[in-house]
Amino acid sequence: MSDKTTVTSGDQAALRSRRLRTAFAALGMLPVLILLAAGFQFINPRFLTGTNLLIVTQQSSINIVLAAGMTFVILTGGIDLSVGSILAAAAMVAVLVSLVPDWGLLGVPAAILAGLGFGLINGLLVAYIRLPPFIVTLGSLTAVRGIARLLGEDTTVFNSDLPFDFIGNGSVLGIPWLVIIALTVVVLSWLVLKRSVLGTWIYAVGGNAEAARLTGIKVPLVLLFVYGVSGLLAGLGGAMSAARLYAANGLQLGQSYELDAIAAVILGGTSFVGGVGSIWGTLIGGLIIAVLSNGLILAGVSDIWQYIIKGLVIIVAVALDRYRLQAGART
Amino acid sequence: MSVAAQPSAARRPVLEMHHISKTFGAIRALQDVSLSVHAGELHALMGENGAGKSTLMKVLSGAYRPDAGGEILIDGVPATTGDPIKARAAGIAVIYQELSLAPNLTVAQNIFLGNEPRRFGIVDREQCHRRASEIIARLGVSFSARALVSSLSLGERQLVEIARALSTNARIIVMDEPTTSLTSRETDRLFEVIATLKAQGIAIIYISHRMEEVYQLADRVSVLRDSGYVGTLERADLSASRLVAMMVGRDLSAFYKKDHRPPDAKRAVALSVRGMSDGRLLKNCSFDLHKGEVLALAGLVGSGRTELARLIFGADRRSAGTLELEGKPVTIGSPREALDAGIAYLTEDRKELGLFLDMSISDNISMGVLSRDARTGGFRDFAAADRRAAKAVADLSIRTRSAQANAGSLSGGNQQKVLLARLLETEPKVVILDEPTRGVDVGAKSEIYRLIDSLANKGIAILMISSELPEVIGVADRVLVMRDGAIAGEVTASEGEPLRQEAIMELATGAAQK
Repeated sequence: MSDKTTVTSGDQAALRSRRLRTAFAALGMLPVLILLAAGFQFINPRFLTGTNLLIVTQQSSINIVLAAGMTFVILTGGIDLSVGSILAAAAMVAVLVSLVPDWGLLGVPAAILAGLGFGLINGLLVAYIRLPPFIVTLGSLTAVRGIARLLGEDTTVFNSDLPFDFIGNGSVLGIPWLVIIALTVVVLSWLVLKRSVLGTWIYAVGGNAEAARLTGIKVPLVLLFVYGVSGLLAGLGGAMSAARLYAANGLQLGQSYELDAIAAVILGGTSFVGGVGSIWGTLIGGLIIAVLSNGLILAGVSDIWQYIIKGLVIIVAVALDRYRLQAGART
Repeated sequence: MSVAAQPSAARRPVLEMHHISKTFGAIRALQDVSLSVHAGELHALMGENGAGKSTLMKVLSGAYRPDAGGEILIDGVPATTGDPIKARAAGIAVIYQELSLAPNLTVAQNIFLGNEPRRFGIVDREQCHRRASEIIARLGVSFSARALVSSLSLGERQLVEIARALSTNARIIVMDEPTTSLTSRETDRLFEVIATLKAQGIAIIYISHRMEEVYQLADRVSVLRDSGYVGTLERADLSASRLVAMMVGRDLSAFYKKDHRPPDAKRAVALSVRGMSDGRLLKNCSFDLHKGEVLALAGLVGSGRTELARLIFGADRRSAGTLELEGKPVTIGSPREALDAGIAYLTEDRKELGLFLDMSISDNISMGVLSRDARTGGFRDFAAADRRAAKAVADLSIRTRSAQANAGSLSGGNQQKVLLARLLETEPKVVILDEPTRGVDVGAKSEIYRLIDSLANKGIAILMISSELPEVIGVADRVLVMRDGAIAGEVTASEGEPLRQEAIMELATGAAQK
């Protein structure tokens, strides 16, 4: 009798701890984000004000769009280093097309298509020529940067009367368009990754590409898709960037954006070897990076130290995450 | 000590292994094996795949520590076990099948790798080359100590490995299937070197599946079977039939199941394979597979069984060959096309090539039919996947707390059942099973046999690759035996007479040619 009771309570304890672990695993980096926000609020009470939070989300929106695309790629075990350059080229396209009389609004789809085109080229090289993703996108990082400069003959192009400037500076019911676009991208990405057949294939290819092939999955098509998505979203990022600045510069725009995007994905708990991760993690990772930048500025930390602290936070956060996952796996 | 050094050692074996057992968890890899080898003797070690030969040699080389009670004597003196460095110092060297040379270094550098002669703490290259040249001269071979290993043939590289063994003053050299990748001229050269080594008093333990070699070389032959020692034959008593009987002779376990009717010749052909070649190993393989038949593909490791299966399944590119499925020619260039045509394949390497360990059991089972189940717009039908998973878990009795658990959390047998479930969801007409019970516990084994039997009863044609002869005999209706990339022959059961293991082993080892 008493034996039975002990067993049941033991089972319940095990069940409870398992639930706790699952919840913790799903939360991922959220506690880190909350701790960071609380810390900055303690240092500077202006941090958690409505206006400042809007600024944070607005600043993070372009990186989150890029990081969403990067999530697709990294889930297959690949990497896309070219998104910053693609963003610059797409922004150039957006501004140049916006200057065409009466057809200026087409700047946005033109930028997206340009990004998609570059992404598909990356994808073709990775999927069908079977070159390593790091090398392919390292090449296009450089080449597309050159194209971006070529597009404006190495000058900054302006359009003070940008027909789609509402994207960069307008808002609906107080929520900036940039934030709405970023959230929409995240939700659509979630639908594809977690609710569609293609999404399951993406996880399968990242988890075990050879097994995926032997299961009848067309691995090259999946790869083409993820690099296409990454390019397309970098194109969208280019349009967002142009809309915010009323201008684009092929040389400076989007420099090292790919690193922030990769950092957001990794902070979000997506495995670098592929097969494991979620778009919600990427969202939180992107927010962590934005909160860090904004909070350090409000705290009056110098530019140089911001770099050092951001770098360390990324390493420590991922190390903690690794530790947490190992602890989970041990039981 | 003084007792062990008595002159009675004149006929004392240089190596004695007594009562060696080795268990890994619940698996018994070696059971009470004893072996002795004299100086200047070539002692061949034979046995089926998985009989325990490699484990025994790993115990000898110190890679594994034997269970308590086992001991190794060298010159009658007990040696430290489970320590590779001490084993090497005691004069034991192993030449593995996969050569372990650094191709961009010279022969001399490789011979002394990790053991370089030094002067004032710096590698003495002159001494290195001089001593290497001496050792090479002892072997009576022609290449220079300054040659780059990358410029040598495979056979010459093997001789470098042997030279490396001699450089550490090895007195017992283990050769594990040394001729598998050698040409016949290189093999002759190796045999000359072996004769030289024997004349110098070095003891050689020679693992081989090839009867001709064993006849030619061995002074004595010991046979292992099912992790245990069977016996030793003197050279004078060697005969193919005795060796084969020693290697296979065991009674069939009761758990094989063969209830389906063996096919008669009039039964329809499901898959017809003609002239399959891959331009590397496989040469012109042809056979017919009938509906409702279990056809086993037997042969030694490396004989080309998996390669042939992957070629049929479209996983690798073929250089020649055609397929007919139910009498109609089919072209299969990829696994997708094979699955669409109704051919399914179970890999021999479920972790590397089969499962998605980080994904749920349910996803793993449905992976091949996701688009068939999909809703409009390409969205997943999770209810369908869960139905398939629930049915498979019940039908194949997959033991898990939930179909949403990761496939990586399952035991080997249950992982194999998940892969079998995935394969069955594609509703195949032809099923190729590559080592379906490898690394699977006994309970799951008999469940898998029952499943194979029921599939055959439903008229599905089954090609089963297996290295376990009792399994082949117990499950298959007919056996094809492969050797060196070709189909060496067929073994059929005649009226009232079951399949004979000896016949399969003779074809697989080439003993039948004798």
